[in-house]
Amino acid sequence: MLAAEVTHAGAGAFPLLTALIAVPMVGAVALLFTQRSRPEFAKLLALMFSAVTGAMALWMLKEFDQSADGFQFVSQHTWIEDWGIGWHLGVDGISLFLIVLTAVLFPLAIVGIDPHHDEKPYLAWLLMLEAGVIGSFLSLDLFLFFLFFEIVLVPMYFLIGGWGYEDREYAATKFYLYTFLGSAFMLVALVATAMLARDDLGYLTFDLVDIAEGSNFAASTGRWLFFGFAVAFAVKVPIFPLHTWLPDAHTQAPTAGSVVLAGVMLKLGTYGFLRFGLYLFPEASVWSRSLWLTLAVIGIIYGAIVATMQKDLKRLVAYSSIAHLGFIVLGTFAFTSQAISGSVLQMVNHGVSTGALFLLVGMIYERRKTRQIAELGGLQKVAPIFAAGFMVVMLSSIGVPGLNGFIGEYLILIGSFQSARWWTVVATAGVILAALYLLWAYQRVFHGEPDEDNASFPELKMKEGLVLLPFLVAIVFVGVYPQPLLDRIEPSVDRLVAHVADNTDIDADPDYTTQRGEFEPEHGDDGHGEDDGHGDEADDHEEGEG
Amino acid sequence: MNVLAQADTLPISEPEIWWFALSPLLTLVGGALLLMVVGALTPQWPRGLYAFVSAMIGGAAGVLAIFNWDDISDNGPATLVGGALAFDTFAMWSTIVISGAVVLVSMLADEYIRDTPNDGPEIYALLLVAAAGGIVMASANDLIVLFLGLETLSLAFYVLAASNRRSDASAESGLKYFLLGGFASAFFLYGIALVYGATGSTNIGEMVTSLANRGDSGNDVLALAGIALLLVGLGFKIAAAPFHVWTPDVYQGAPTPITAFMASAGKAAAFGALIRVLISGLPSFRDDWQPIIWVLAVASLVVGSFLAVVQRNVKRMLAYSSVSHAGFILVGVEAAAHTAGEADGGMGISSVQLYLLLYSVIVIGSFGVVALVAREADADLSVFDGLAKRKPLLAGAFTIFLLAQAGVPFTTGFIAKFGVIQAGVDAESYGLAIIAMVTAVIAAFVYLRIMVAMWQKDVEDDAPAITVPVSAAIAIGFAAVFTLVAGLYPSLLIDWSDAITLVR
Repeated sequence: MLAAEVTHAGAGAFPLLTALIAVPMVGAVALLFTQRSRPEFAKLLALMFSAVTGAMALWMLKEFDQSADGFQFVSQHTWIEDWGIGWHLGVDGISLFLIVLTAVLFPLAIVGIDPHHDEKPYLAWLLMLEAGVIGSFLSLDLFLFFLFFEIVLVPMYFLIGGWGYEDREYAATKFYLYTFLGSAFMLVALVATAMLARDDLGYLTFDLVDIAEGSNFAASTGRWLFFGFAVAFAVKVPIFPLHTWLPDAHTQAPTAGSVVLAGVMLKLGTYGFLRFGLYLFPEASVWSRSLWLTLAVIGIIYGAIVATMQKDLKRLVAYSSIAHLGFIVLGTFAFTSQAISGSVLQMVNHGVSTGALFLLVGMIYERRKTRQIAELGGLQKVAPIFAAGFMVVMLSSIGVPGLNGFIGEYLILIGSFQSARWWTVVATAGVILAALYLLWAYQRVFHGEPDEDNASFPELKMKEGLVLLPFLVAIVFVGVYPQPLLDRIEPSVDRLVAHVADNTDIDADPDYTTQRGEFEPEHGDDGHGEDDGHGDEADDHEEGEG
Repeated sequence: MNVLAQADTLPISEPEIWWFALSPLLTLVGGALLLMVVGALTPQWPRGLYAFVSAMIGGAAGVLAIFNWDDISDNGPATLVGGALAFDTFAMWSTIVISGAVVLVSMLADEYIRDTPNDGPEIYALLLVAAAGGIVMASANDLIVLFLGLETLSLAFYVLAASNRRSDASAESGLKYFLLGGFASAFFLYGIALVYGATGSTNIGEMVTSLANRGDSGNDVLALAGIALLLVGLGFKIAAAPFHVWTPDVYQGAPTPITAFMASAGKAAAFGALIRVLISGLPSFRDDWQPIIWVLAVASLVVGSFLAVVQRNVKRMLAYSSVSHAGFILVGVEAAAHTAGEADGGMGISSVQLYLLLYSVIVIGSFGVVALVAREADADLSVFDGLAKRKPLLAGAFTIFLLAQAGVPFTTGFIAKFGVIQAGVDAESYGLAIIAMVTAVIAAFVYLRIMVAMWQKDVEDDAPAITVPVSAAIAIGFAAVFTLVAGLYPSLLIDWSDAITLVR
């Protein structure tokens, strides 16, 4: 379907980003033509297509120019000319690792988790989901972004509804309607954005870069538009009062669905805030920051407390996501380079560690056919390697130094402390609560003497170990040596922060644009000299005319 | 029709007639007569030939309309038969939509009515007559002509709705439609009379001139009362709430392919008429009727989507969803109202026509599937249980139509909704756009319910077998492919729809 786009992509250069979307899409279509009686062939095909996508993403990571702060590998073509809609894709430091994470997570989910029935449609939906998620992260056109943002609901709806657990129909419908409701507001806001920007630009376009750089909304207009977008993202993240779909969807989804949902789909919301909230509407973002910070902190504390109370292990992990995503929102609306870099990094970290947690919980369920913490116990005795793997992932989720979760949370907290001190102080308590609910859960599930049912708990199998290994490697690598990631994230984040500062009065306060990696103590107002000069780079991004 | 003005200019001059411009209309009328006469004089035709001829006639009308479209793009719009009919891209677009609906519905109806007492040329002849009436409605440049078209369409529909002689529901549906429709026609006719009283003409061009020159002294009561009555009549035809109450009963009782035709061609014709009357004919009163359109739009959106949720019968669900779609189309009409009568008409009219085209294909496909799955039985939701296991392709096609109706991206349904929302936002009707999108979420629940039944419920053991005849398979397959392909690459259609203008 989308393969047609490949043919008229740019002159000469391989249209890498288009291919990243097209390959899984073609795979999904190809799967429809496989025989139902040969599921292993379907699985091989799906694995092949997702592995090719993963390889391309890794190649993109290698080729990514870490010194540039603009969009790279840009692919821009007109699509619906009369409405000013283009096929505009690009990747920068903010989306880079999210795409790599997505492209790597899917082959692991496909190889690691077998559905209980009907492999063929299951794999086709997964591949379609992958295309949609990658498309959302790559889109630099409002219309295109909305298309992908919406289309991911369909495969996810069918995955939860078709392969989920007992309450799957309820959870799938709730998930669909909640997110669709958010998108309803976004669609109107998005169209209004393009229509109003037409007055500034002189032509109708849905191009994100054109609108963000060229438009000049009145404050009140921008705020309305921003909230239209924000509702959609807040549902997706999910931010505190809009979170109720998440525990149901996560718990009822099949394991691969939960892994993908927690791993990448929630990031569509936080990514959306960065790309379409802060970048498009800097004034409104800054204006409403107290609201978001407050909701983020409530989410952190609330998610942690509710997680502590859960009897279902999968639900516990689901609520822990609410808390973790709260940190990411906190960092986003702190408007410091450090905090936003931390947020971007934490999006990836959360994807890795929560993805792995759901994977492990899925394995427990496959073995014991229960997720109730009370029915588990003493697993460490019978499956020490499994327990060790769980331990590492759990510690990463808690944010123990030396593992990836710490780096992200630390950056968010020190970055936010400069600009949003009291919120950060409260949020820090959430770190402690995370240790409480996860360690307590670990203690109840793994420690003690196994009873009769748990005594036969099988040890980690070779295949499961191989699927888990990349997660563990990522957890330790990022925890010990995050610099390569931050090097690529920070230029783009700096540019975004400078863009926000340029369009608001926020740079009057030195603490908002603190340079990367250097913690400025709160007492000195003189530590802001080095962050000038970002503003000049703002226009200096790659951009082609379609 | 301006009888008074022409009375003193004897002898009556015969209007010049451009036969080729009228050719789509003449093809349909001639085809209907041919089917009736030849069909009555000859013994039963071979299997499927009636439907084939009917589809051919519809197709020919559509092709002729495309030629005419070219002619209009080259030479500009005009009026025909002494100002009775408009010859513009708007009329031709409606002609193409209605003719296309004839083709698809003929293919669906073929197997459906075969081996029933209804198998014969009559159903197809009535389809063609209804199509001709619909085209006259959408291209009328005179209120009397519009009324003639409306009655032609309606009378054919009344008979078609009641055409299943073995079904009480069908007879009930026909009778209900006839009684209520007769009421609506009366309202409409009275409205015409009052507007004639206010303007001295029923010709749309002359009405505009007369209203523009009326000055401040004139008394608008006659015209406003007329507009109100016209809106009642048209609101009934487009099935906008609160004039929608006939829709679920008639849609449910009528033979399903006929329901498909009502929901596609019937809507296209009625919206064509609505735009002719309001946007072309009464732009000087736009401040007065625009709020009514706003209310009708909101009422249709809310009533349609909420009442669809509580239904158990799929045909009723789709009927209520068609009410909510009417609300969406009214969003486009409301947008067009902001600039009615101005040279730059905005995006409203194009978006309405694009919606009508895309929705027609979707809704014919949807009812086509319902016709196959719930042939004789009541189209209760449980009939669809486990359809994906019994007929995966059919379930797949239905899923595409349902997703499109919900407005999911990469389907034409999204393009259609996006078009009217864009037009609404462009006209700064933000509130209406938001209401429309929020009710779309509620409506989405309906489509999800049907999908859950198809994909996640188990088949009942005693479920009757489903046979998929070739002609219906082609029609449904075409509709599904069109829904996806035009959803992925809509720029051509959008390009054409942007060229839609009304003759002035």
